[in-house]
Parts: sequence; structure tokens; C-alpha cells
Amino acid sequence: MTDAALPAGASAPDPSAAIKKRLAARYRAERRFRAYGIAAIAVAVAALLVLVGSIVSQAYSAFWTYELALDVTVDPERIPGDPSNPADIQRGDFGVMLQNALRGEFPDETRNARIRELLALSTRLNSATLGRRVADNPALIGQTIRFKMPISDEVDRYLKGQATGRDWVRLDAAPAVTPDADGETAALRLSPADAARIADAVGDAEPSVIVFSNGGAWRLSGPAAQTAEGEQLIAPGAPGVEDRALILSTPEADRRVSDAQIAWTETLRARGDVKAAFNTYLFANTDSREPELAGVFAALMGSIFTMLVTMVLAVPVGVATAIYLEEFAPKNRWTDLVEVNINNLAAVPSIVFGLLGLAVFINFLGMPRSAPLVGGLVLALMTLPVVIISGRAALKAVPPSIREAALAVGASRTQAVFGHVLPLAMPGIMTGSIIGLAQALGETAPLLMIGMVAFVADAPTGVTSPATVMPVQIFIWATSAERAFEARTAAAIIILLSLMILMNAAAIFLRRKFERRW
Amino acid sequence: MSISLIVALILLVMIAAGFRLGQARAWRAADGRAGALHSLPVYSGYYVALWTGVPALALVAIYGVLGDGLVNALVLGGMPQQVQDLSAARQETFMAEARAVAAGLYAAPSALHAQAAAAFARLQGLFTWAVAALALAMAAGGLALARGHISRQFRARNRVETAIGILLLACSALAVLTTVGIILSLLFESLRFFAAVNPVEFLLGTHWSPQIAIREDQVGQSGAFGAIPLFAGTFLITIIAMTVAVPVGLFSAIFLAEYASPTARKWIKPVLEILAGVPTVVYGFFALLTVGPAIRAAAEWVDAAVPFLSFAVPTQSALAAGLVMGVMIIPFVSSLSDDVINAVPQTLRDGAYAMGATKSETVRQVILPAALPGVVGAILLAVSRAIGETMIVVMAAGQAANLTANPFESVTTITVQIVTLLTGDQEFDSPKTLAAFALGLVLFVITLLLNVIALRVVQKYREKYD
Repeated sequence: MTDAALPAGASAPDPSAAIKKRLAARYRAERRFRAYGIAAIAVAVAALLVLVGSIVSQAYSAFWTYELALDVTVDPERIPGDPSNPADIQRGDFGVMLQNALRGEFPDETRNARIRELLALSTRLNSATLGRRVADNPALIGQTIRFKMPISDEVDRYLKGQATGRDWVRLDAAPAVTPDADGETAALRLSPADAARIADAVGDAEPSVIVFSNGGAWRLSGPAAQTAEGEQLIAPGAPGVEDRALILSTPEADRRVSDAQIAWTETLRARGDVKAAFNTYLFANTDSREPELAGVFAALMGSIFTMLVTMVLAVPVGVATAIYLEEFAPKNRWTDLVEVNINNLAAVPSIVFGLLGLAVFINFLGMPRSAPLVGGLVLALMTLPVVIISGRAALKAVPPSIREAALAVGASRTQAVFGHVLPLAMPGIMTGSIIGLAQALGETAPLLMIGMVAFVADAPTGVTSPATVMPVQIFIWATSAERAFEARTAAAIIILLSLMILMNAAAIFLRRKFERRW
Repeated sequence: MSISLIVALILLVMIAAGFRLGQARAWRAADGRAGALHSLPVYSGYYVALWTGVPALALVAIYGVLGDGLVNALVLGGMPQQVQDLSAARQETFMAEARAVAAGLYAAPSALHAQAAAAFARLQGLFTWAVAALALAMAAGGLALARGHISRQFRARNRVETAIGILLLACSALAVLTTVGIILSLLFESLRFFAAVNPVEFLLGTHWSPQIAIREDQVGQSGAFGAIPLFAGTFLITIIAMTVAVPVGLFSAIFLAEYASPTARKWIKPVLEILAGVPTVVYGFFALLTVGPAIRAAAEWVDAAVPFLSFAVPTQSALAAGLVMGVMIIPFVSSLSDDVINAVPQTLRDGAYAMGATKSETVRQVILPAALPGVVGAILLAVSRAIGETMIVVMAAGQAANLTANPFESVTTITVQIVTLLTGDQEFDSPKTLAAFALGLVLFVITLLLNVIALRVVQKYREKYD
């Protein structure tokens, strides 16, 4: 109908206006809907980025660590027994040798409480490493050797700037120090400019201020002024930090590294005894209750053994089942039962597999707890449905013409399957199996049930020795109280994720290289 | 080298020899012309190798499983009356000690131990040698017997293929066996639990504190096993997770299926799938150290900003665990829904466009109704995944069995309690440990039901477009 057909002069409502209005509303709804979709994807991607970002930002500091290098005298008197027998050497008191070396760096310190603080710069557990080194090379006995060890985790956190805010102020002039009679405190005379700059950097807060000069260190007891009272932390005279003031924004009571420890650490750093290095301990060491010594080596070995068991069991059995169901199974109740079972098993929560492992493998069959054998068995049962389902898909993708051609030239069914279909389906089967194994590598919950959560000090040597695996190690560290474990947990996560990415990349490579389109 | 390793090596050599001998025999029977044989010579080789290896290995396997029990029973039978009269648990300890003495781990603590250890050593040595000799004899016998079968007309291939068929069938039975194992172990231990604790009290009780006093006179509870707080906690966290996962997952799927260009789809889909590939312990770490503290800091800020409101959130809260779990579930919802939406035939879309509908109207009024059963199925599967998820809640939801609907409090779930009850020291007879299996049974039944319902929904309400 056109306008011309309307009676002239009639003021009919304009329908196109209403339609335009509704159309505009509909287009607005359309744009809104589209925006919801984009927002949803943005949320998901942002969640992934935050997840990865938070882990990487926490992990990076764990990949390097500060090492303390000391000149340790291997004292023959501290090694009882036969010095040619490595077992006797390892029984020697290397802890005392390390302590003597550390005390030798600050020989003027005589107060017992301070000495205990000083010795806390490195853990006693380092003596085992020193003992091993001497046992491997008995010629070192009686000599003074340079020994490197990780510095205590709390000091490490301070050096990485995680324990407190730090602010260095360079002093123009060396302060004049007048020590008291007992040597515990001293009167410091700072130049007016230096005092003003320190007071400026301190602001209103009440942080610790440590003044370094002539190798000594004093903590200011009062506000920074031209004449200030200072508690002596390090006696002057030996080489150390020159003419600087260190302002620590976190009060001493709120951190686990003391002002004295900071003063010693900075002095040792100025002497070149404390240096940053790549954190080899994280990769080469086994678990330890001291964060600076804890590493993932044992967990990595445990994961490898567990995955070996899983692979040896899940892949052949899964592929055999896939072949049976896809190529041989008659359509009957048994086949239906098997298919329903496989689909259900794929949806059973992983923790239930852990309960199965505990009840059947450990309690009924009496297998050892915490062993990669049991862990591998449980993970194999979990991975089986993944292997079967992907295996069937790969077999199904081989066109029937291949089978028929083989049968036509006189091959039996078995010969056709094993000689022709299976080789063509193999890349697909391997891809699915690797993805299933990568999933199993990250599984934690069922392994907690079978006791793989225990503290394991040594790397496993076989499938029956006690072990833990990477994800469980991550769980143990993440729930540990020590702050220094946080970064190490994140680093262990990065290592685990790298392994999984590697496996998935291998799967994608296999698929790209061997995939055939029929 | 241990005797079992030597036997295994000899068996391997014999199997290889059997293969060679069988093949050679077939060639000889055919006078060098393979065409004269029914089966290729290689099948004769396999046939002889199978007869050599399978019976002997089966014997070794049976001895490996049953041998210890048999030796135990024989040693126990030969012990004096005072050992026979010990309680079952004491007897077991005694035997374990005697076994350790026999293995040379430590010196015998008593004459009885020494006697039992001697019997152990004697019987174990005897049995091991006997089984080894018998296994090798069986291998040799099997080899000779099977080799004798081979002739021109012998259908070696068919025999070997039957054996392969049996092997394949046995492998496929393992899936069924696993399910049977799960059901039996859960049922068996749960029945023992329900012998000590009333099932009604377990399912309907509202007080959960599974710690049992070690001494009789200890002050405190005898353990309360009312699981309602756990069910409520599981439910609360699942709801929070689904509130995140369903809208985000569904809209992502719609965008990917209907709006995104093929290039965008190629990039976005794998990124979403990475979320499903991240190990759950990593999500747990994220919830515990990033999301939990962030929520607490936000609550502190709100607390300080709004007067008259006292508002504090612990680091471990239902909200932290639920949010992170929701993120983990997104790819399950999105990829399953994506498949379902793509399965809706193009003709339906074309029809709607022809009527003048916009894209969003088509999605809302044509595609979603058509895909609804599949979407519901996907959501149910995601719910079952959320209920069974363990590590995130273990690390981020807390241990306190609070009966609350407040997402800012810490709650506990079925899976958390299973882990708590079964890590650390366990005595296998206490209701505390057995309760974990009862919880596992509940978990298994719930997830199984959800899966069955999901399948039914998909099958029953699926529109058939042909």
C-alpha cells in the first residue's frame, strides 16, 4: 500500500516511524547480545591471563637465589675415625666447621644471642653437602676451601626485596664515631647534609636506620640528627659497606630477618661473599624442610616412574579395548555394558579412583603405600577411558575401503586390522594417549589417598620405593607455612606446566606430521 | 641375581626359541614352499611361542599372587599352640616380624620368631625352586607339544587369532572390572561404616566432627558423623561455580558458534581449552594465594569504607573456591554447548533469517530451544565435575564443617573430608577412616545419577532433524 492510496487529508499515524523505533530497539538488543558474548570470552581469557600472570610473577624470583660463599677450614680433629673411609668422613662434625667459618667473618661478635642470629644466616643442613664433598675428595682434609651454599630463605627474601622496603642513602662524609666503653653503643656525628637527607628519607614512619661506615654498622636508636645514638651491630675495622645509611621501612618486629642479620648480609655482600646465582638447588635437590634447600628432583623422578607405570598399562590395554570395540565386538549386551562402563568411568571423580586404589591395591592386595607402582596403577585406570575413546575415534577415522581392500586380497580380519588399519590409526592413537598421560601427570587427588603425600627425603630408585609426584609436591609446598615456599611452589608449577606443554606439543606435532585426510 | 629374574630371562629365551623352532618346523613341513602351508610360517612361530610362554607365565603370576598366603598358612600351621591361640591381629604382627627376620632385616627377638623364620626361609626356598622348576618344565613341555602340532594342514593362524581375540576381550573386560572394583570397595567399606554409624544419622545429621577420642576417659565427643554440613558446603560451592561457569561458558559458546569469524574461532577455542588442561592443584594454589587474599582485602576495604558494617572474610572461603572452580568449569560448558549449537541444522537458522529475525533473535528463539537438551546435559555434566572436584576445595575452602549459606564463610565439602580423613595416620577399622568410603559412595552415586540424567535428557528431548 502506498501513501497515494490513502484518502487525501487523513492524518493516519505513520507506521514506518513505529517500525523504525522497534527496529532500532531490535538492533540495540542485537548489539547487546553480541557484547555479552564478547564479554564472556573476555572474562574467560582474562581469568587465564590472571592465573598465568600471578604464577609467573610469583615464580620468577625462585629461579635465582643468593649464595653465601665461605672459606671453610676442614678441621681434621672434627673428623673422627679413618680419614680414608668416606662413611667415617661423613660422620664428621661439618656443622661446627661451617659455624666457625661464619663466625670468623665477624670475629669481634661475642654476645651469644647475636652469635645465634649470625649462625642463622645459613642452615645447619648445609653441612651434609660439605661432608659429601669432603668424602668424595679426602685430600681436602686439613685445607681451607671455598664452600658455596644457599643463604637462609628469610635473608634471601630480604635480598630480593620481599621482606622489607629498602632505601640506601649515600653519606657525603664519614660519620665520626665515638664508641662507649662497653662497645655496645656509640655516638655518631653526621654531617648536617647527611642527617637532613636521612631524616628526609625516613619521613614520619619509624623504620630501622642502619648506618655503615669503615666496615662497621650501627643502628640508630633515636631520630636521625647530627648527633645520634647508635647501637653497634658490627665493630668497625674490617672491610664492609662504606659510608651509607640503610633505611628499612618494615619495623624489625614485623619481619623475620633482624637488623643485625641485614647488617651482616650487606657487609658480606660488600665483601663479595654473597652473590646471586641461578637456583640449581631447586632442580637438583630433593624435598627439604628448609625452603632454600628444597628442590623438585625427587618429585620429578616420582612423576617419571609413575607415568612409566601408567603408560605401560593404560596404552596397550586401552588400545586393545578400542580395537576390540571398534573392529571385533559383536553387537550384544556385553559390548553395550562395556561401552556404558567406559563412558561412566570417564565421568567418575578422580578421588573415587584413589579410594579404589586404597581399598583394592593397598589393603586387599597388600601393595606398598606411597609407591609409584600403586600411583601408576590408579592413574592408569583413570586414563584408560581417555585412551579408549581417542583410540576408537582414530580407528573410526580410517576409511572402510582400507579394511575391505585388505579383506578382498585374502587377509583375515585380524590381519586386516593389525596390518593395515592399526598402522594408519597409530598417529591418532598416540596423540590421544599422550594427551591422556599429560592429564594424568597433573592429577593430585587420587594420589593423596594412597599415601604419596608423605615427606620423601630421597629420590625414588624404582617403582616400589616411597615417592611423591610433582602435583603432590606442589600441594605440600603450597600448604606449608614458610613464606619462602610460595615462590618455590609457583616455580614448581611452572616446571610442571612446562612438562605438560611439552607433552601436548609432542601430541600436536604428531598429529600435524602424520595426520591424513581421506 | 635373584632367582625370579633368572627364571624370567630363561623364559624369555625359551619363548624366542619357541618362535624360531615353530617357524623352522613349518618351513620344513612345507619343504621350503610357503604356498603349501595353510598358515604362514610366522604364525606357527607365534603358536609355539604362545604355548611356551603363556602357561609358564600364568603359573608364575598365580604363585606371585597366592604364594605368600600359602607359605603363611603352612608356617602358621607348623607353629606351636601358643602362636595359634594369638588374636588375629597379633598373629599377623608375629608373622610379619618372622618374615622380616627371615629376610635378614634384624635378629630374632624370641625363639618362636627364630623357629617361624626358619620355617619361612625353608618353605620360601622350597616353593620358589619348585615353582621355578615347574614353570621351566611347563615352558619346555608346551614348546615340545605345540611344535608337534605343526604340519602342512595345521591352522596355526586361526589358533593365534583366537588367542588375540581372547586377549582383546580380556582388555575390554578391564573397564567393567574397574567399575565393579569401585562399587564393591565402596559398598564393602561403607557397610562396615554403617555397622557402626546409623545411616539415617549419617545422611540427615547436622553435626560433623569425625575425631574420636583415643582414650576412654578423654573429654570430648565420640565422633559425630552427620554429613549435612558437607552436603550443604558442596552445594554452596557448586552453585557459586555454576553462577560463574554457566553464563560465561554459554555466551562464549554462542559467540564462537554464531558470531566469531573462523580465524577468531581458531584462536579463541584452544585458549579456552587451556583452562581445562591446567592441573587442579594449580587452580588450588591460585585460589589459596591470589583469589582468597584478594577477596579478604576487598572485604577489609568495604569494612573500612562502609560504617555500621562489620564484615570480615577469611582467606579460605566458599567464594574463593567457588569462583576459581567456576573458571575451571568454563571450558566444559563452552565446548559441550558449542558442539550442541553447531549440531543445530543450518536450515533452521536460514528459516529464521528469512523471516527477518536478527542474529540474536534467531539464537534466543530458534537455536537455543533446539539445542536446549544438549545444553542442559552439558550443564549437568559440569555440575557433576564441580561436585567431584577435590584440590581447589581442599586448598581454598577450609576444613570447618559450617552449616551456612553465606559464601563469605569457610565451608567444607565431601571431597575435602575424604582427603582429610584419609591423609595422615589411619587405622583401617575406625569409623573415622571408613566414613571416607561412605562419603565416596555418596559422591559416586550423585555423579553417576547426574551423568545418567544428563544422557537421558539429551536422548529423550533431542529434536530429530532429518
